[in-house]
Amino acid sequence: MLISQHEQTLDQLQGLVEKHGDQRNALIPILQDFRDQSGQITDYAMQAVANLLKIEPSEVYGVVSFYSFLSERPQGNFVIRLCRTISCDMAGKQAVARQLENDLGITFGETTKDGRFSLEWANCMGVCDQGPAMLVNETLYTKVSPEKVGEILDSFKSRA
Amino acid sequence: MIQESIRNQITFSQIAAAEGLKAGLQITPEALIDQVRESGIRGRGGAGFPTGLKWAFTAAEKSDKKYVICNADEGEPGTFKDRVIFENWADLVFDGMALAGYAIGADEGIVYLRAEYTFLREKLEKCLAERRKKVLLGENCLGMKGFNFDIHIHMGSGAYVCGEETALIEALEGKRGEARNRPPFPAASGYLGKPTLVNNVETFAWIATIMVKGSDWFRGLGTEKSSGLKLFSISGDVESPGVYEFPMGISVNQLLTEVGGRGAKAVQIGGASGTCVPSAEFDRAIAYEDVATGGSIIVFGQQRDLLDVAENFLEFFEDESCGQCTPCRIGNSKLLEGVRLLKKGECSAKYLNELCKLAETMQIASKCGLGQSSPNAFLSIVKHFRKEIFNREPVAV
Ligand SMILES: Cc1cc2nc3c(=O)[nH]c(=O)nc-3n(C[C@H](O)[C@H](O)[C@H](O)COP(=O)(O)O)c2cc1C
Ligand code: SF4
Ligand code: FES
Repeated sequence: MLISQHEQTLDQLQGLVEKHGDQRNALIPILQDFRDQSGQITDYAMQAVANLLKIEPSEVYGVVSFYSFLSERPQGNFVIRLCRTISCDMAGKQAVARQLENDLGITFGETTKDGRFSLEWANCMGVCDQGPAMLVNETLYTKVSPEKVGEILDSFKSRA
Repeated sequence: MIQESIRNQITFSQIAAAEGLKAGLQITPEALIDQVRESGIRGRGGAGFPTGLKWAFTAAEKSDKKYVICNADEGEPGTFKDRVIFENWADLVFDGMALAGYAIGADEGIVYLRAEYTFLREKLEKCLAERRKKVLLGENCLGMKGFNFDIHIHMGSGAYVCGEETALIEALEGKRGEARNRPPFPAASGYLGKPTLVNNVETFAWIATIMVKGSDWFRGLGTEKSSGLKLFSISGDVESPGVYEFPMGISVNQLLTEVGGRGAKAVQIGGASGTCVPSAEFDRAIAYEDVATGGSIIVFGQQRDLLDVAENFLEFFEDESCGQCTPCRIGNSKLLEGVRLLKKGECSAKYLNELCKLAETMQIASKCGLGQSSPNAFLSIVKHFRKEIFNREPVAV
């Protein structure tokens, strides 16, 4: 079981190296695609990509841990990022945060037990005129209010 | 799910796709750089470096390969005008990039697009594909033999510091986004060690516009040291937040009138790394020679506690510091602790003075612009709102 998972990871990474090249500057595009396909960038994936690009695994880890949109932790199918920066703060992000925690039953930095939702803070998302702002994967929600949270979450519950 | 952000007439609407590029390719690269220089335009990303000079430096470098990078990392709190430019006038940005490629002798352009803007990517890729079809990109671009400029998009991965041009280049090279020592400047040695021109999204769009409307037109607007028009991202306690075009040099007062923000207590100009201007100074000009900004304007109404503001900004910087140098890594944490003490009414005047000294040290001793500017908001709030800061009831915790 474990072996086949490793094999699958390796296959995936080899495909991505073919797509992006085996130079150092291909590392982040490879990791981004791998994240989109698999959610989590596992220790094994970091090892394997290091081998393929002929760099140290520690360098790959250094990169993965640096960027907030790359993660070595397991992530839910839907990563919810709520903006905590000033304009969204003034627009009422705290109440939205509380509602998200209540509705999901987790706190920020956690993933729901069923592995569907992760909840994270994010910094300014570039829609400060329409706060509070929230990203769910790549979809941006603006003017989010506590009463809209349930509706937004429901719209994802039916999706894979 | 995003609503329209545009709030007044924006000059970019008058310019057709490829119009500026066609005009610029009719003159020599040298003449094109002269036009940019004569317009007086300075970088719209925040630092305000004269664009013509930067182009001339990069053009003067001898190299078989050069790069043009469009900085679309737009992470400064309170700014969103680059998003709006891409949503509405992406062609002008790509025209500006191609003009830059022609001027400095580069055939490769890269858009570094922040991860939060992934939703824009599909549209931008479509626009690029359209341009290739119309030969506005690619081999013998616009029929000019040997001019083979093309553009691709590189996604960011979520790190504010990657907006700093050398950190951005590190990220492009597949590394942690840690700012480099300068010199060498990217103009001499940037992406993969090659001469590299980095400009902001808005800067490129203005260059395309200047090629159509003329450098005299641009120079005639704004102030002598800050020529031209600029897009501003307005948020906070105002009636109509959004993106506005104003001439450089507009006073804070005028701006507040236009956006419905009269009666404000203070205005943060230049985002988290900018300064907090109190109402007593609302006659100041928004320009490089007075209060500079990349366009982020956040308005605070009378009800706002400016220590909350300082705390929010310092949390941002503590989170986003790349951690490479001590003044920034430790300094921001110390300032944040200090603000929390102030909030509880537990900070002595002596300690506050020490924090201010620390803040000044950070401005001088930090390696990159993030650490150098992160104490600005704290210092301006302490300076202008001392009374409010000390007049706090100790909070029972
Ligand atoms: C911490 C930090 C973040 C920055 N973020 C951005 C950004 O998001 N977009 C941008 O254009 N410039 C940003 N800059 C400025 C760039 O380093 C650079 O000066 C700019 O991209 C040059 O383009 P311009 O001259 O056209 O403004 C940032 C600088 C610092 C120090
Ligand atoms: S000032 Fe801050 S962000 Fe810049 S290099 Fe130093 S630690 Fe990194
Ligand atoms: S402050 Fe939340 S999007 Fe800018």
